[in-house]
Amino acid sequence: MTLLVATRKGLFSVEGSGAAARIDRAMFLGDNVALASCDRRDGAWYAVLDHGHFGVKLHRSHDRGATWSEIGVPAYPPKPEGFVDKDMWGKDREWATKNIWSLEPALDKAGALWAGTLPGGLFRSEDRGATWTLVEALWNHPTRVKWNGGGADHAAIHSICVDPRDPKCVVVAVSSGGVWRTRDLGASWTPHTKGMKAGYVPPEQAEDPENQDPHHVVQSPSRPDVFWCQHHMGIWRSTNDLASWDQLHAQPSSFGFVVAVHPREPDTAWFIPAHSDQKRAPIEGEVVVNRTRDGGKTFQTLREGLPRQYAYDLVLRHALAIADDGNQLAFGSTSGNLWVTADQGDHWHVIAHHLPPIYATRYA
Amino acid sequence: MAKVAFTKNLERHVACPTVDAAGASVREVLDRVFADNPRLRGYVVDERGALRKHMVVFVDGEPIADRERLSDAVAPASEVYVMQALSGG
Repeated sequence: MTLLVATRKGLFSVEGSGAAARIDRAMFLGDNVALASCDRRDGAWYAVLDHGHFGVKLHRSHDRGATWSEIGVPAYPPKPEGFVDKDMWGKDREWATKNIWSLEPALDKAGALWAGTLPGGLFRSEDRGATWTLVEALWNHPTRVKWNGGGADHAAIHSICVDPRDPKCVVVAVSSGGVWRTRDLGASWTPHTKGMKAGYVPPEQAEDPENQDPHHVVQSPSRPDVFWCQHHMGIWRSTNDLASWDQLHAQPSSFGFVVAVHPREPDTAWFIPAHSDQKRAPIEGEVVVNRTRDGGKTFQTLREGLPRQYAYDLVLRHALAIADDGNQLAFGSTSGNLWVTADQGDHWHVIAHHLPPIYATRYA
Repeated sequence: MAKVAFTKNLERHVACPTVDAAGASVREVLDRVFADNPRLRGYVVDERGALRKHMVVFVDGEPIADRERLSDAVAPASEVYVMQALSGG
């Protein structure tokens, strides 16, 4: 199974597993690749290129990265005259795509895709990304103007979970914007944050849905009423199809950005802790991975093969991937280190030490 | 017609040869160029038509004032340069 690694200066593919994994190909060398995704239905690979000066672009490959074609990018409609939409600094929010932060197959229709963008719009394509349409019901939801950037200047849809029971049912998570679900392919949306609490707003607003800052949300493929969330304030899990969330507590820290869930074991999930919001680095310079096998009652801290001192690797929200077999995982850091495991994290193997800052990993 | 030239850094992503284009404003001139080279548009302006944040357009040596509507005047003999703004670094 190929591993795609999106970095600040290119996209890399990795072949092989465990200690035998090796970088096979470098693509878009020099370009800022914000995200990599794939569509198992047609074998397409997708790469989001954030060119900075020249804007964000989307490329697709049908030959496993040998050649790429530029396709369409989501574009916002004009802001209606007189519509008040200010950002957290009181400036007019530009209705323009700043980046693409999530890209997933829409499983209700061949070739259809969902894309989550900055400044917070969800888009759908019916034609493998050639053209895109804004999901207006979510963008026009009255609370959307209150969404703020979490770690960026713009709100961002970073997680898209298409329900394996019903592809018309889609959950998205938004940095400083909450968790939202549609059951009708985007025509209507409801917030699902009961139980979550924010510590960065006045107490009376702590439970407001739009104030929640999920860093990453995943849905259990094998028991889809189970969701896991790495939130700005810690770790939460829902076992009742998002009716409510329960906070969990991990050692040495519950702060972090990533979460992965086992494809067949809903109680097994992985997190990569950082010290805290204030210190976004490993605790005492030691990179560790946390794994629970009992739904978050207990966590095992995994260290084998990971640096034990003077390591300051931060793992961003899209940079932990799990393969379909549930045994292989991979993560990359802002320091350009890439690790893989073939035994659910009992042993880690470093594949590269000197990659550019890693933004995303994905098993294709 | 005005002469319109683009930063060489763009050539890696999209063809952008120097061309002559008619128009009385930056908007008109660039729209004429983009009509023949549609993929180039998204690299220079966003979906609102506003100049991308870190791009800069010079008309006869002066950076344009209106980065949103691109209403700055262009004369038939003008030289228009579409460049990257070296904002820091």
